[in-house]
Amino acid sequence: MLNIPVIRWGKAYESLENDNVVHFNTGEPIARVGQANGGIIQRDMRTAQRAREILCGIPQQELVERICKAAELYESATLPMGDGQQSPADFARQQSASTGLPEHMCRANMPKNSFVLKNMGKILDCLTRGLDLNILTTGYGTESRGVTVSYQSQAPVLSAVLPSNSPGVHTLWLPAIPLQLGLVLKPGPQEPWTPYRMFAAFTTAGIPAEVWSIYPGGPEAGAAVLAAADRAMIFGGTATVEQYKGNPRVQAHGPGFSKILLGDDVVDDWQKYLDLMVESIYINSGRGCINCSGVWASRHTEAIAAALAERIGPIEVKPPDDPQAGLAAFTVPGQAKGVWNLIDADLKESGVQDLTSRFGPRLVEMERCAYLRPMIVHCESPDNAIARKEYMFPFSTVVKCPQEQMLAKIGPTLVCSAITRNEQFKAQLVNATHIDRLNLGAIPTTRLNWLQPHEGNIIDFLFRNRALQVADV
Amino acid sequence: MSSVTAPDALSDKIRAAKELLDAQVRETIQWHFHESTGSPFWLAKKSELKFDPLKEVNSFQDIQKFPLFEDEWLRGGPVNRWLPKGLAGKPAYVFETGGTTGIPKSRVVVEDHWIDYENFSHTLPDRYFPPGANWLMLGPSGPRRLRLAVEHLCQYRGGICFCVDLDPRWVVKLIKKGWMEHLEAYKTHCIDQALTILSAGHDVKCMFTTPKLLDALCIALEKQGRSLRDTGITGIFSGGTEFTPQFTRFCIEEYFGGPPEVSGIYMTPTYGNTLMGLACSKQVGASDGYKISYYAPQPRAVIEVVDFDDPMKVVGMGESGRVKLTTLTKELFIPGFLERDEGEREPPFDTYPWDGISGVKPFRGIASQTTVGVY
Repeated sequence: MLNIPVIRWGKAYESLENDNVVHFNTGEPIARVGQANGGIIQRDMRTAQRAREILCGIPQQELVERICKAAELYESATLPMGDGQQSPADFARQQSASTGLPEHMCRANMPKNSFVLKNMGKILDCLTRGLDLNILTTGYGTESRGVTVSYQSQAPVLSAVLPSNSPGVHTLWLPAIPLQLGLVLKPGPQEPWTPYRMFAAFTTAGIPAEVWSIYPGGPEAGAAVLAAADRAMIFGGTATVEQYKGNPRVQAHGPGFSKILLGDDVVDDWQKYLDLMVESIYINSGRGCINCSGVWASRHTEAIAAALAERIGPIEVKPPDDPQAGLAAFTVPGQAKGVWNLIDADLKESGVQDLTSRFGPRLVEMERCAYLRPMIVHCESPDNAIARKEYMFPFSTVVKCPQEQMLAKIGPTLVCSAITRNEQFKAQLVNATHIDRLNLGAIPTTRLNWLQPHEGNIIDFLFRNRALQVADV
Repeated sequence: MSSVTAPDALSDKIRAAKELLDAQVRETIQWHFHESTGSPFWLAKKSELKFDPLKEVNSFQDIQKFPLFEDEWLRGGPVNRWLPKGLAGKPAYVFETGGTTGIPKSRVVVEDHWIDYENFSHTLPDRYFPPGANWLMLGPSGPRRLRLAVEHLCQYRGGICFCVDLDPRWVVKLIKKGWMEHLEAYKTHCIDQALTILSAGHDVKCMFTTPKLLDALCIALEKQGRSLRDTGITGIFSGGTEFTPQFTRFCIEEYFGGPPEVSGIYMTPTYGNTLMGLACSKQVGASDGYKISYYAPQPRAVIEVVDFDDPMKVVGMGESGRVKLTTLTKELFIPGFLERDEGEREPPFDTYPWDGISGVKPFRGIASQTTVGVY
C-alpha cells in the first residue's frame, strides 16, 4: 500500500491523520493518504506570493517547454508516488480501483491531459488572443500595434477543490503554472492520483516543487482552501454552483446539462446523427458535464428515443479491467439507489416513458458498489420534470419541443451541439447567453477543442485587464 | 501529571477507585429513589422498573439493571421533574444542549457545574494556569453552561473572566443554508472581539476556546505579525471531538512554537458536556504521537466504551465502541446514556485508575447526519 503525504509548498508533510483509499469492489486498501487540517492550509497560504515570485523568475517559454516534457513523463514514465513508484499502467489501475471508472477509460483520459500540456503554448496563445506572455509576467507592456496594455494577476496561486468522480476536469487547472501562478489543490478523496502524478511529472520536468501544495482532507480542508484563496475553482452539484454564484473569487463547475438540438431542417434525417448522439451520451460512462443529457427535436422524438435505447439500453455491467467495460460504478454507498429513486419518481409523470426498461433493470446493486445501466427517457413536453435532469451515468432524455420554443425551454446548457442549417436559428443560438460552449453542426458534445475557453476564460479569471499609463518622469 | 506506577500499586488504586464508585452508586440511588429526597422523574419511573433500585442496586455493575437512558426524556418541561426533592428551594439553572431545530434537551443544575469545574481546576498545572490570572472565555454561552462554568473556574482560581459570545445554533444554520460568507464574517466578528480584549491590557494568561476558534485566533494573530505567545497566554483549556492528535500537534509545533517547556504554552484537551461534566486528558505530547486519551470525572460520572451492537457489553482494551455515559451526582442520575460519539477503550493509569477513551469522534451510525465542530 502506498503512503501519500500532504504536500506543503513542495515538501512532504506526514500528517497524523490518514484516510485509506480503497478498491471500490474489493475494499482492499490501495493507498493511505495524509489529511491536512484547515489551519495548515490557511497558514501556508500566507506565503503563497512566493510561488508567484519563483515562477515569474522563469521565462514563460521555458515553463511551456518544461511542461511539454512533463506531458511525456505523465503519460509514459514511472514516477514517484508517495513512498513508492507508479507506472502509467499502475496509474490507470489505481484510478479505476478508487473511482469505479473502467481501466481503459482511465488510460484513455491520460492522453487528454497530456495533449493539453503538450499544446500549452498554443492554448495560451489562443486564450490570450495572441498576447505577448511577458505582459502577464510584468503586468503591463506594449502590444505590436503600439498600444499599452496591462493584465494584473489577481492571485499568486490558483486553488482548486477537485472532485472524485471525473478525471477529465484536471485539464482546467493545468494552465496555472505556465501562467506563473502556483497551484493549491485539494484532491477528491477517491482521486488523489492525477494531482500527485502531475506534481511528480512537473517537478521531474524541472518545475520547482515549491510552487505546489496538495492538501487531501475532508470538507474542512476544502473550505480552508476556498477561504484562503483569491482565485479558486470548485467542482460540485447545482447547490455548490448556486452557493458561489456571483463570487468573483470562485469559479464553480457543476452539472453541464449539455444538449443536442436537432433543427427542423435536419430532423427528418435524424438517423444520420445517431452515432453522434450515442457518443455524446455514452462516452466516458456519461460521467462528464459535457456528456449529453438531453436530445431536443420537434418531431420523430419517439423514434429517436427508441433507436438510442436500442443502441445503449442493452449495455451490461462488466468488470473494471474488462476492455469492453462501458459503465462506471457508483462507489459511494447508497448513491446509485438514491439516483434511481429520483428517476423512478420522475418516470411516474404523464408523458414520460423509459425506453430502456425493456432491456432489463437499470439499477444493479453489488456487495460494495452499484451501477446504473444506460437510460433513454422520452418526454412528450419540455415541461416534464425529468427533462431538466442530469445524472452521472449514460442518461438522456429525448424531448419533444417545437424549435421556436427550444431556446426558451432548454435552460442553462454547458455544451450545446445544434445541428441545423437554418441561419436564423443559428443566430438565435449564438445570442443565447445561457449556452456556454456552442457547437454549430454535427459535433458530439463531448469533443472539446482545448484552444477555446471552457466555462469562462481562465485568463479573465486569473488576470484583470485594466488601464495603465506610462510617462517619462 | 502522570507517572509510572508499579503494577501492584496501580491494582490497589484501581480497586480503591472501584470501591469509591460503588459507594457513589449506592449514595446516588438512595438519594434519587427515596421518597423524601428523590427526583419526580425517577420516583415516577420507579414503578415501571422490574426491580427495586433501593434494594437491588448496590454497585456500578448493578446499574446495568436499568434500561438504557433515552435522551428524548430530556426534552421539554416541566424541567423541575429532574430536581431531587432534597434540593428543593435551591436556586437552579437550566442548561440546554443541541437545539438548532426543535425542542432542545435540557438539564437542571444547582451546583454541579461549579463542582465539576472546581475538580477540573485541580488538574491544571499552576505554572501555565497561574492562580490569580485573568481568563478569556471565547466560545458558546447563551443557554449553555460553558460560559458560567468557565467563569466559575477562573474565579475559583482567583481571576476575572473576560467573555466573548458565540451562538452555535446560528453557526449551524449558516452552514446548513450554505451562507459561508456570513459564517466567515461571524467568525471574524468573534475573533475581533477576542483580539480587542487581548490587546487591552487585561493581563489575560489563560483561555478557554474551541479548536476552530483557536485556529481562527492564531491565524488572525499571525496576519498581524504576532503569535499566541505575544498575547501573554500560557494556558489553554479547549475541547471538542474535532480535537485530534493532528490538530494538537499542529498547534504545538506551528502556532505555539514547540512543547510547553519551550514555548511556555500548555494546552489541555477536554471532552465533556452538560450531562457528564469534564473528562480530562492524559498529558499529550510528541512521545506518544499526540494521542489524546480522556478519563471521566469518576465517581461523579463514568464513561464506558461499549459494543456498537450490544451496548451492555464493554469492548476489550484498545477496541472501538460507542461512548456510554452514566452520571451519578446528587443533582442528576443518568444510567447508561449512549452518547453520539465513539472511540477506543484505554487502560487505567496512575492519575486516573479507571477506564479511559481515545480517538473520540462522532459515532459512525449518525456521523453523516451531524454537523460537528461548528464553533
